[in-house]
Amino acid sequence: MPTSYSDTYFPVLVQIVIAVIVAAALVAISFLLGKHVKNRVKDSPYESGIAPTGSARERFSVKFYLVAIVFILFDIEAVFLYPWAVVYRELKLFGFGEMLVFVILILVGFFYVWKKGALDWSHEAPGDSPYGDPDAAPQSSVTKNAA
Amino acid sequence: MPANFAPSAADYLRILPEIIMTVAGVLIMLLEGWLGENKKRNLSVQTFVAFAAALVSAVAANGNPGLSFSNMLIVDGFATFFRVLVIAVGILSLFSATQYLKREHAESSEYYALLLFSVTGQCIMATANELIMIFIGLEISSIATYVLAGYLRDDKRNNEAALKYFLLGSFATAFLLYGIAWIYGTTGSTNLSTIRIALLTPGSETNVILAGTAAALMFVGFAFKVSAAPFQIWAPDVYQGAPAPVTLFMSAGPKAAAFAVFLRVFMTAFGPITSRWEPFVWSSALLTMIIGNFAALMQTNIKRLLAYSSIANAGYVMVAIAADSQIGVAAAMFYLAAYAFMNIGAFAVVTHFSRQGEKFVNVEDLAGLGWKQPVTAALFSIFLLSLIGVPLTGGFFGKFYIFKAALDANLVWLTVLGLLNSAVAAYYYLRILVVMYMKEPGEATLSLQPVGVGIAATLWISAVGTLVLGIFPSVVLNFATASSALVK
Amino acid sequence: MTALIFLIFACIAVFCGISLVVQTHPIASALSLIGVMGSLAILYLQLGGEFIAMAQIIVYAGAIMVLFVFVIMLLNAGAETPTFQASTFVKYLGIVLLVAFLGLISFIIQAALPKTEGVVFGGFQGTAADVGRKLFTSYLLPFEVTSVLILIALVGAIVLARKEI
Repeated sequence: MPTSYSDTYFPVLVQIVIAVIVAAALVAISFLLGKHVKNRVKDSPYESGIAPTGSARERFSVKFYLVAIVFILFDIEAVFLYPWAVVYRELKLFGFGEMLVFVILILVGFFYVWKKGALDWSHEAPGDSPYGDPDAAPQSSVTKNAA
Repeated sequence: MPANFAPSAADYLRILPEIIMTVAGVLIMLLEGWLGENKKRNLSVQTFVAFAAALVSAVAANGNPGLSFSNMLIVDGFATFFRVLVIAVGILSLFSATQYLKREHAESSEYYALLLFSVTGQCIMATANELIMIFIGLEISSIATYVLAGYLRDDKRNNEAALKYFLLGSFATAFLLYGIAWIYGTTGSTNLSTIRIALLTPGSETNVILAGTAAALMFVGFAFKVSAAPFQIWAPDVYQGAPAPVTLFMSAGPKAAAFAVFLRVFMTAFGPITSRWEPFVWSSALLTMIIGNFAALMQTNIKRLLAYSSIANAGYVMVAIAADSQIGVAAAMFYLAAYAFMNIGAFAVVTHFSRQGEKFVNVEDLAGLGWKQPVTAALFSIFLLSLIGVPLTGGFFGKFYIFKAALDANLVWLTVLGLLNSAVAAYYYLRILVVMYMKEPGEATLSLQPVGVGIAATLWISAVGTLVLGIFPSVVLNFATASSALVK
Repeated sequence: MTALIFLIFACIAVFCGISLVVQTHPIASALSLIGVMGSLAILYLQLGGEFIAMAQIIVYAGAIMVLFVFVIMLLNAGAETPTFQASTFVKYLGIVLLVAFLGLISFIIQAALPKTEGVVFGGFQGTAADVGRKLFTSYLLPFEVTSVLILIALVGAIVLARKEI
């Protein structure tokens, strides 16, 4: 049994260091060995494709944001599940019951999001979802800088 | 690990009001999926039933006071007082909201669920005996109120109000959290009684400096939530922009709950270092009264005027806190109850008068209300007179007890300046009365519809509450005095 | 060794923190924030907060950063364009106030803390099992109430993001 954090996590540190070195090395090698040709054609996104029109950055649908926030909330729930799972045997049925209450409350939220159609990405009824069609043309009001 | 860590039945009884409101909120969210459009009006009935049950159980919980859930909660007279107060505020704002939502074609289950959850958070704040519980309760209450402030999605004023409230509110909460971290680092505990004991221990000179810093940081957080100067800047914009029934709610409920935790934390945990925080509270009280009253003089928008009036009223309660005595606590409790009634009443009139889309929110629009709808105008006059502090209204005794407590604590100058401020305040409240009774009815008044059931109920209950507190103050005051001993 | 690791990651955290404020492109700021979160996680680990270090990575560096990036894409925020010209006076006042605030905090810490002992590195007290035991005994109520907080955050997001009522 290691006695200190430095001992326990030393391998992790070694791994981090190796990962950083490898990543840095890959970038450095391609920079050093690669040819640097700079002209208009080389800089275009697809050298032999269709000429790009408009800005590459378009506004995303608010649905992505909803998915992200639902993800955060369930992530927090998952974080609470770890310590519970570790001491589950000590807590016995009591811990199970308390965690059940916790999970049910959050599942209510999930059910609600579902019923509200916030997770509805179907194309069959685009007008139905109260959160708009994710593929609909963005109401671009600020994307005028790239012309 | 202790063998019997499962909470007892008494523990659950002490938190029953919160459980009832949470379950009701969850049920509303679940039912919304199945109920058709026409069933939605039943949701307000369900919300009311939940509030009523919570009110009863809050009173019942007081029959068996004590700590519960490993000292996380404390049910005592003080907690019960504020629980009953915030639930009552919830009921009154529900009454005025039902009609408003129908008028704006915005009836939906979320409003009721958020209202229930917000009041749940405020009840948790009222009973919390631990900084972590205070923080979670405050967050539940605040987040629900942020969303309610931006409830009408398409109204730009709503969006602005919600965004301002949210950004500044989260910033203030961060200060509070930083203060909690400091006090935990200093005393090794977040329990209010344990912190007090740690600060009372002789030889903890260094701790006093750290605890003073913690108190200052937490003061910033609380002062923001009660809209006390210099952290009041958000209040006028948010009160003006939010839907009228939400303004009604947040000027009474969250404020009362924030004052409850303010009182409890500073009287118990920071009781041993009074000399360090009293100057803050003293100067903040003075500044709040002056800014609130003098800025209100210049307002033409009635919601904004009432917002500044609400700031000024927070200043009076801060005077009671600065007194740092049991009488002061009792006076603050009484004043907050009186303030809740008169302020809710005034905002209910605004809700009624403003019409769809809140078109009429200027003081001048009220011209001739006294002739068009004498009863509404008479009730509004009661609230305004109470806000001025005329005898026979709750506002009079509220101010009286606060300034008495301040005099007992030798805060003579603060009392004198506070009384001068009340005189200034009389001017802008009287201006509304003059407009209502002395001016010819304008277009806004002539097109006024009769008062609906919900608003009428809010108005009458608030008026009766204001008058009862003004004519029989001893009923509430005796309870407040009996439960003002926060240090057990 | 511990002191060295602490210094390295503390420096990375401060550097990334400054970079977060100075960067003009929001995505670059968000990436700097990941650096701050990651190095803070290592510091927590050194202080014995094994669980909190893991939560820091999973929740902050993971989920919250995803949200940040999505919001940046949602708003289609490009490189920062200075629309608001703060007066030079305000800028310098801000710097002075910040330095004064940091000085005050460090003064208080310096004045008050020498008597107490320093931070102990290591010591296995913040493992998931320890947190779990605390969570289901003394902190049972805050744990349960947190679920209400999560629920209300969900409702709030849904209400504010919908197109109409």
